[in-house]
Amino acid sequence: MPKRQIFLLALAAIAGFSGMVLCIAFLASSTGPSKDTRTGAIGGPFSLVDDTSVLVTESALAGKPYTIYFGYTYCPEVCPTTLLDLSRWIKELGTDADKLNYVFVTVDPERDTPQLMHAYLSSFDKRIRGFTGTPEQIAKIARQYRVSYKRIPTEDGGYVIDHSSIVYLMGPDGKLVSMIAYQENDASALAKLRNLVALTPSS
Amino acid sequence: MRTLSSLALAALLVGFVAPALAQGTGNTSISVEQPWARATPAGATTGAVYMTLDNKSGTADRLTGASSDVADKLQIHEMKVENGVMKMREIAGGLPIPAGGSVVLKPGSYHVMLIGLKKPLTAGEKFPLTLTFEKAGNVSVTVPVQAMGATEDKGGGMGDMHDNQGGGMGHMEMK
Repeated sequence: MPKRQIFLLALAAIAGFSGMVLCIAFLASSTGPSKDTRTGAIGGPFSLVDDTSVLVTESALAGKPYTIYFGYTYCPEVCPTTLLDLSRWIKELGTDADKLNYVFVTVDPERDTPQLMHAYLSSFDKRIRGFTGTPEQIAKIARQYRVSYKRIPTEDGGYVIDHSSIVYLMGPDGKLVSMIAYQENDASALAKLRNLVALTPSS
Repeated sequence: MRTLSSLALAALLVGFVAPALAQGTGNTSISVEQPWARATPAGATTGAVYMTLDNKSGTADRLTGASSDVADKLQIHEMKVENGVMKMREIAGGLPIPAGGSVVLKPGSYHVMLIGLKKPLTAGEKFPLTLTFEKAGNVSVTVPVQAMGATEDKGGGMGDMHDNQGGGMGHMEMK
């Protein structure tokens, strides 16, 4: 009981502060996602570390079409849902699934260590690889993919992250082919993925 | 020191007032229907609980907090996707439940966020959750954990209501 009362009290005490945070968040979000008007291209070279702590660059994805999704393990809903959807689609693709690479890039490099990402991804299709890096490296790749992400502080000193919830489908040349929206239906997502598979260079 | 003593005073006040509110005048009752949570990925430290809150009374109420042994902290959140960007916020001041109305906590909308999970939530398990309402007081429910891909309570039933300390009424009692 006392715990609950303290919680209530804390809740009251932070109500004002939360309001302030919300206002700031609203103002910040009204500026919209960061735009890169320099170039129409999405994607580009990167230097990151994968969930087995191995350094990776764009060459790790070269030669195969790939899907790339940005999120974070602290995310309670959208990220697990998307990774689960993706896992289901991978299964649906059958043997064609191996013609693609699948990448999950964290937008929370400070909390998402390779070890944590590896454990997290063990709950999904094993073919999905996790990429993390320094905050600067993550900022760079997010910019390249025009992924907007923004830290929103929470009253307890922690934070949540607003982030783009789109799965990008990239060709074997690293160029954007199409995108899958959050909770897009299976038929539509699978059609896009099959189109992507068809772009696999003949060897 | 002043802050501390006001805090202590406030705590004292809440200590006296909260149970009184919880017992209330008997004119509010919140029924918590079909609570469920999603199984969480390995290593994840957050989770979400969903349910329908049905206000059978003629008085508006508010879900102001929640507690559970499974996580360090629980918050009432709203999640939405705007222009392809996922946004999640704590609902300041609690989640309003209109008089005679209901509010659905579901994926893509409102949820009780579990922060600092002590261990992953595994499908098939159950855990206790106490919800705190401004007027109806505390209502405790048992939350079944559904598979990670679940989109609704698949248990076909409702959470077991127990330890109903407030004016809230269990789903069972409403039928």
